[in-house]
Amino acid sequence: MKIDFTLNGEQREIDVTPMSRLLDVLRCDFELTGSKEGCGEGECGACTVFVDGKAVNSCLIPVAQMQGREVRTVESLASNEMLSDVQQALIKFGGTQCGICTPGIAMMASAALEAEPNASRARMRELMAGNLCRCTGYQLIIDAVISAAEARRRHG
Amino acid sequence: MTKPGHSFVGHSVNRVDGHAKVSGRAIYVDDISMPGMLHGRTVRSKVAHGTLKDIVFDAAFDWSDITTVTAKDITGPNFVALMEEDQPALVPMGGKIMHHDEPVALICGPDKSKVDAAMAHIDQQVDELPAVLSIDESRAANTLLYGDDNIFKAYTLEKGEGLDEAFAAADHIVEGEYFTGAQEQMYIETQGMIAHWQDESLHITGSMQCPYYIHNAMKSLFGLEDEAVVISQAVTGGGFGGKEEYPSMLAAHVALLAKKAGAPVKIIYDRSEDVAATTKRHPCLVKHRLGLNAHGEIVAADVDITFDGGAYVTLSPVVLSRGVLHSIGPYKCPTLRVVGRMMATNTPPHGAYRGFGAPQTTFAYERQIDKAARVLGMDPVEFRLRNRLNLGDETATGQILKNSVASEKVVREVMAQAEKEPPNDICMPKAVQDVKRGRGFALYYHGAGFTGSGEDRLKGRVAVAVNKQGEFEVRSASTDIGQGAFTIFTQIAATTLGVDVANVKVVQPNTKMVPDSGPTVASRTCMVVGGIVEQAANGLKEKLQAYGESKGLDCGDVLALAEAHAKDVGELAFETTYKSPPGIHFDDQTYRGDAYPCYGWAACLVDVAVDPDTYEVTVERCIHAVDVGKAVHPIIVKGQIEGGTMQALGWALWESVLYKNGKVMNPSMTDCIIPTAMEAPELETIIVEEPYPHGPHGAKGVGEIPMDGPAAAVANALQDALGKSFDVVPMLPETIAEVLKGGPA
Ligand code: FES
Ligand code: FES
Repeated sequence: MKIDFTLNGEQREIDVTPMSRLLDVLRCDFELTGSKEGCGEGECGACTVFVDGKAVNSCLIPVAQMQGREVRTVESLASNEMLSDVQQALIKFGGTQCGICTPGIAMMASAALEAEPNASRARMRELMAGNLCRCTGYQLIIDAVISAAEARRRHG
Repeated sequence: MTKPGHSFVGHSVNRVDGHAKVSGRAIYVDDISMPGMLHGRTVRSKVAHGTLKDIVFDAAFDWSDITTVTAKDITGPNFVALMEEDQPALVPMGGKIMHHDEPVALICGPDKSKVDAAMAHIDQQVDELPAVLSIDESRAANTLLYGDDNIFKAYTLEKGEGLDEAFAAADHIVEGEYFTGAQEQMYIETQGMIAHWQDESLHITGSMQCPYYIHNAMKSLFGLEDEAVVISQAVTGGGFGGKEEYPSMLAAHVALLAKKAGAPVKIIYDRSEDVAATTKRHPCLVKHRLGLNAHGEIVAADVDITFDGGAYVTLSPVVLSRGVLHSIGPYKCPTLRVVGRMMATNTPPHGAYRGFGAPQTTFAYERQIDKAARVLGMDPVEFRLRNRLNLGDETATGQILKNSVASEKVVREVMAQAEKEPPNDICMPKAVQDVKRGRGFALYYHGAGFTGSGEDRLKGRVAVAVNKQGEFEVRSASTDIGQGAFTIFTQIAATTLGVDVANVKVVQPNTKMVPDSGPTVASRTCMVVGGIVEQAANGLKEKLQAYGESKGLDCGDVLALAEAHAKDVGELAFETTYKSPPGIHFDDQTYRGDAYPCYGWAACLVDVAVDPDTYEVTVERCIHAVDVGKAVHPIIVKGQIEGGTMQALGWALWESVLYKNGKVMNPSMTDCIIPTAMEAPELETIIVEEPYPHGPHGAKGVGEIPMDGPAAAVANALQDALGKSFDVVPMLPETIAEVLKGGPA
């Protein structure tokens, strides 16, 4: 089956079996390996991508549903080598260790900051609760995201 | 550009792998593809104990593009070399299946979904045997799995004379029995490995902690020479001990498949396979007896420890040893006896997990210490301060602590923090009437590095080099599994060389390029290997300066010297071997002497709130002070402490591996839960620095100690909140309900 969709801002067409998981199509067919698989069942968030601007678990989505949609992956967060504020904050505050959860965390945090730029720490923990990290204990991830939010507020 | 003499140690420079990881560019094993690469899967046993009669490949299925491997394809000795030669790479026909989900055959093919489909067309014929599924059944020894008593290993540690008399003379005796369950490492990246053969040599890339463990195992399995096996680490998505020994098994499998198929083969476990088949923290039963005098001093201890080792020896004897050595805790005790044993059962082998036996025995003694304070009517913190080990004191093995003791400092730091307001915006549980609150405390220590003279036997080696391009390289087999090893090596080397961190690269470990600096375990990477990096950098610097002098160059500018050397002569490497600090002696036979070169010290305070209806526990506050000697990179150190703290809180309250007939019943992230950001409290972390004179810049280990104590602090807090004794890990709501219904007070 042929599917047309926008991927990281570019119009793409692909011929795949409709039940293929979006995650596999991104990783294998488009070689966008930034999205990771931690569980394959919607628990860990390592595979988080944006579909029409909404953060979703790409391991749960059959690619057939992407017809005409707009998909963004972690590879689109930085523009021209310039990391996004969230990505920079994750490095600076120690929000990445082994890094396997980090693409998903960076995507979810970006979505959370868009949706609720004034979220408290407690609220941010709720917004990030679908993304598991085994390395950090979450403290430094939340530090990073909250500091990115504060910086956005400072710079308007 | 940084001037010579600038120190990067103690500064949180950007992680060297940060950019690649946040941008999604870091290449993990599952991100690697090779031309013609096949996908492999493992056929696993369906019983806990039995004799494998036959493996039947359904004749009606099209096997034309599937390669199959059984034990018959193994031409060399069929075991995965580690401590003992007992664990086969694949169960041989007629051989014993020792646990559920044990590998019996392998398949691979070009099309992943076809390989998956083929799995349903493989049948095993097995004569089932009675299975030994618990510590008690193993000790009863009605069915023998190992030797004539099912004991893989036993140790006894004794100090002082007249234990019975000491107990008889004691004013109080505190007795308890503690059980801690298995824990899944739950690294977010499952295990994975790729192998290919080139001419007669084997190349393996994957997710791992210890490239040279795999190197050894492959040499033995295939009868190859050193150079014919090349093991390289891909960026690794977490290990926590779980990628210490198991990757050798997985490497054997991809290598066997790749050899037979004549093509590269990749195996990536899915989550259910990873949880069902790979190693976990050992379940452990501790019986602990303390004798106290009227002055509130510990006068005697009698400890009996039994670990469930699972089906094969793996690294269990070392886990047992660490558990035994830590079982008295950082307390003075003149007369004691500790007996520890590691039992064989028909469960998947238990293995390395952060803390390595110490969290289990720490839970027991820190519950005991709390109960002792209660019996004496003393404040639990005061009781600990009165009995703690101090400089000049003697440990359970008779080691005199000569330096780097922070037992009081960590306690004082925690108590000072507890005086302060809790962090703003703390996640409070929804207002529940009659919520029960309690506070618990724990004090503990953790031996850094290998036990006793382990480092002397290992002789870890590191090279620091100028490569042909004039760049500095650190070459070691120590892997970065997220703990920041590459970043701290860069800081240490750059500081010694007097160059900028940007001028130093750490080579991704590959057994062809790096000397064996030992495994990435035991909180030794910064303290021990970091020290070798420092020495090697020093040696290289001296060589470069000697070269500069001979050429009449400015010897103050090491970077320019390196460039000049690279241009005129080429590469220059300096390799150093670890030398233990003087005066460390440990007797493996009697278990007397200096068990560890030094100890890290930690104290933890936990406030809990218990919902009186659901018995759900919220950790409202967790203050953790950990002594690391010197924080080479404060943010990385903080991240290590907090990650370990959260794994410990998870083990205490939520994480449970369920077994039925030796099979893991909850092999998924949905059912085998780990904490999310919502369960995690705002962690209040205090880094304490009590320098270790023989560590680089005073650094000692940090990786494991934060795992040791928080579970006991939680149990102590629950006792404070609910007035009953909680002696089992995990303390799930149902466990709490049970105890409240009528468990022991
Ligand atoms: S891989 Fe998609 S949520 Fe875990
Ligand atoms: S950084 Fe390792 S899982 Fe999050």
